[in-house]
Amino acid sequence: MTQIRTPEDVAREVAEGGLATQQMILNVGPQHPATHGVFRLLATIDGEILAEAEPVIGYMHRGYEKLVEARDYRQITNLVSRMDWLSGFNNELPLAMALETLMEIEVPPRAQWLRVVMLEMNRILNHLMFFASFGAELGAITPTFYAFREREDIQLAMESATGGRMHFGFMRPGGLKEDVPRGFIAQALKSVRQVIARLDQYEDLLVGNEIFKQRTVDVGVLSREQVMSYGVSGPIARGSGVSDDVRKDEPYLVYDRFDFNVPIGHSGDCFDRFWVLVHEVVESARIVEQAIEGLPAGPVLGKVPRVIQAPEGEVYVRAENPLGELGYYLASDGDRRPYRLKIRTPSFNNVSVLPEVLRGTFVADMIAILGSFFFVLGDIDR
Amino acid sequence: MPEFIQNFELTAWWILAIKLIVVLTVVPVGALAGGYALHKVMAHLQHRLGPMYAGGFHGWAQTLADGIKFVLKEDIIPEKADKPVFKYAPAIIFIPILLLYLVIPVDRRLIVQDLDVGLFYLLAVSSIPAIGILMAGWSSANKYALIGALRSAAQLIAYELPIVLSAATVAMLAGTLSVVGIVEAQDWPFLFWPPGIGLIAFIIFFAGSVAEMNLPPFDMPVAESEIITGAFTEYSGMRFIFGYFFAETAHMIAFSGLAVTFFLGGYRPIVPWEPLTVIPGIVWFMLKLFVMVFLYLWVRPTFPRLREDQLQKFAWKGLIPGSLGLILVAGAWILYAPEWLWH
Repeated sequence: MTQIRTPEDVAREVAEGGLATQQMILNVGPQHPATHGVFRLLATIDGEILAEAEPVIGYMHRGYEKLVEARDYRQITNLVSRMDWLSGFNNELPLAMALETLMEIEVPPRAQWLRVVMLEMNRILNHLMFFASFGAELGAITPTFYAFREREDIQLAMESATGGRMHFGFMRPGGLKEDVPRGFIAQALKSVRQVIARLDQYEDLLVGNEIFKQRTVDVGVLSREQVMSYGVSGPIARGSGVSDDVRKDEPYLVYDRFDFNVPIGHSGDCFDRFWVLVHEVVESARIVEQAIEGLPAGPVLGKVPRVIQAPEGEVYVRAENPLGELGYYLASDGDRRPYRLKIRTPSFNNVSVLPEVLRGTFVADMIAILGSFFFVLGDIDR
Repeated sequence: MPEFIQNFELTAWWILAIKLIVVLTVVPVGALAGGYALHKVMAHLQHRLGPMYAGGFHGWAQTLADGIKFVLKEDIIPEKADKPVFKYAPAIIFIPILLLYLVIPVDRRLIVQDLDVGLFYLLAVSSIPAIGILMAGWSSANKYALIGALRSAAQLIAYELPIVLSAATVAMLAGTLSVVGIVEAQDWPFLFWPPGIGLIAFIIFFAGSVAEMNLPPFDMPVAESEIITGAFTEYSGMRFIFGYFFAETAHMIAFSGLAVTFFLGGYRPIVPWEPLTVIPGIVWFMLKLFVMVFLYLWVRPTFPRLREDQLQKFAWKGLIPGSLGLILVAGAWILYAPEWLWH
């Protein structure tokens, strides 16, 4: 971190014969290549150093929390998958889990295992996307194409089962829409094994690169305390050494049956965040392999009434979204529509810590830090 | 015989006109071909095909189509821009790059003008585009453009020195500033003799030229993900390609030519064996040129971008002391190396 000059410092420099300088406000976004969408950062810069940075959000606010109060639950499933558009399946899950808790529906084992398979494949899709974009932000254009090559194989498998590439809409309260088609298992196994096999190449390309290390090590350090006080979660929190993964801490579905590690960084810089992200891909791929191996037979949809109508009550369900902890607080008054659905999205909490991390960094580091915070605009603004 | 041919005198003016026409055709065609090479080389390094449709055969006309598209586009000039400066900046960037081509010897006799101070001229002219970039950045009335322009200026100061010093090493060993003289003074195995000196000078020259042309990994002045396109953020249409795309490729080819001339023996055959010496010098020159262009294109998609301060450190703490030391070593070689070691 570089020392920010105070007005007194500048005055002293001028008295000593230096040039009179002043701070300049640089508007990064809402349209800027590094913000992946309409995110705006109001940066006060002194030369190339950021004196202050204030994220301005809300450009993509679509009012989902209000919108869902006028939609029935089937429609909501498709709405929430559009929040974090990189991991639609992960967004649909906690809603289904909330309804299953309220309506006391039992989910058949095959549905649970298949859910895990698709959740983790979706996680790999999401992580590879950020792998690509982080490289691009640091000026390495090639990782994008490699990551998209792997993504395509997984996309094909997902597409064969759900018919969708981003917004799957495959989740139903009580299970899944239908069983996976023939060939899905083989394609899924093939694609995740390929990811594991090729991840070494990717590590050589980026993580092992000297310039990459110079750009990321000790840049944008996020401390444990900041993680705790701002409610940061997901790979970013784990990069700072906070072991926080809902899949381990409060296993839902059948996550307690799988053998997987939670990669944890220690220094909380951009490099550790990225390292955690890359290694989570391997862990997710391992889970997919195990889940496919142990996949039980049977139906994929439990006994669900024709009209989904949650009884009066309240429930909070949380799950591990690829970007962090995703929570739905569902309050129902017994109608076919929720009375209130409060959504806790990971990206919203994660970007709130940005001003603290960005203060005193270089403009070029700002881009690296923004990239290493792995946020999705739709997930911040909903 | 028709009368006009009998009266035809190849005066200096005629020669000049022909030379200008040649340069003015070679440079744009070369830049277009370079752009195509950029598309294709990057695409194949990145596991994709690149342009495949324009023109029919492997998209050969892609850069031509791009050029036509850009020329037809509206030329937007921001209202608050300093208009004359904004308009002429691309010319200030592009014309010096054209001038670079004047003294690159493609063959022993195939050179527009063999100046006695050719090397000096080259180095002087090659730093003018930075003034154009500064003009573009300052006149755009855009903060990103300003940051880009200042980065570019800082980069030029830092990287002009290593280029000049490594070229000076070459001039010392050749004993002349004439570009043709430098080529003639080189002998097989070119940059590998005197041992170490030529190779290190070549590496310093290469790194410096990558930085001077704002190519990745030293492309901070135009870092797309940080400051949009730096000084060219507000440019559009024809001014954009002449100031940025076209200039970049033309610059890259010119610097490849310089590297070939200074280090790789220019138009001379790779090995001085009998059947190879029959091949005309222009073929050798083009072959070596392709290798150099490929090197520049290879670096491009391979590395992430450095940060501005890291770049400055690399120049002032690494390249400049290194090239100064190299001049000492070269001087010692000239003074003390016995005659039989020279060739």
